[in-house]
Amino acid sequence: MEVKVLKDILNANNQIAQQNRKLLTGKRIMAINLMSSPGSGKTTLIMRTVEKLEGSARIAVIEGDVSSSIDAEKLGQAGVTAIQINTGGGCHLDASMVNSALANLSLDDIDILFIENVGNLICPGGFDLGEYLKVVILSTPEGDDKPHKYPLLFSQANALVVNKTDLLPHVGFDMAAFTRVFQGLNQQAAMFQVCGTTGEGIGEWAKWLMANLQKMRSQNS
Amino acid sequence: MHEMSVTMSLMDLVLEEAAKAGARKIVGVNIVLGEMTGIIDHYVQANFELLSQNTPAEGAALTFKNTPRQARCRHCAHVFQPKDLAWSCPRCQSLEIEITGGNELYVESIEVE
Repeated sequence: MEVKVLKDILNANNQIAQQNRKLLTGKRIMAINLMSSPGSGKTTLIMRTVEKLEGSARIAVIEGDVSSSIDAEKLGQAGVTAIQINTGGGCHLDASMVNSALANLSLDDIDILFIENVGNLICPGGFDLGEYLKVVILSTPEGDDKPHKYPLLFSQANALVVNKTDLLPHVGFDMAAFTRVFQGLNQQAAMFQVCGTTGEGIGEWAKWLMANLQKMRSQNS
Repeated sequence: MHEMSVTMSLMDLVLEEAAKAGARKIVGVNIVLGEMTGIIDHYVQANFELLSQNTPAEGAALTFKNTPRQARCRHCAHVFQPKDLAWSCPRCQSLEIEITGGNELYVESIEVE
């Protein structure tokens, strides 16, 4: 006998993601799923953002890595609340990992929650975590051809941060070509050019975050 | 790349659906798998054989309907299958395209006894 199913294989993940989303929006927390290659500057961008928004927004971080707690320690030393998740070889975070991490955070003391995904431009794209926004970071040494190599991730982003703009003169990254290709795939996303080392461009990015936090809170008030 | 976690979710889903249907045994699973998910069907197959041992799904035949990547030009509405690094519209060369297929990952139906 044939039984029609027509259900996403990641159905269970999607349901837990919905629970996370409900919990987070109920606590008026804007969660951001931060995705990129390894070494693109996710942790540094978070640290610069925390500095910029000091006094305006309380930020916490769920730090996803295959192994080690180097990034969480780095954030901890800078005074940022960070919970480490080690996926033990897993190439992405899933909603249940985030759900467990949320139980260890003091949710009444957070305005913006960065969920730093495992460095990978493929797998994280398939897993809803319950975030409010997806942000993709690309650093200039990775090359301007990435959107067509990883179209799913780039097409899903609510914002794209091009990091390491200080290296532009050295790495042959064609910003105009990149922008044309990226915006062809994704017309909705905001785009920022930043440099995590010098802090250039962080102001615009931080302004966008605050505008979205206000928007989210007005939708859920 | 993450076939094991996908196969574990697949197992849970088919066992749950079979139980709902009051089935004793699952003999087949029909899966729709998009090219852009990065999931490789023969790894899912191998993982499934391992995970289904001593369950009602043991010995079930997995059938994959592989769906290609597909895009639609936002400029001239042409529907096409993009190739790597050449995602412009082959008809009007526009880069303004929308991904319309290739991201599928679902169970269409199961065959049960």
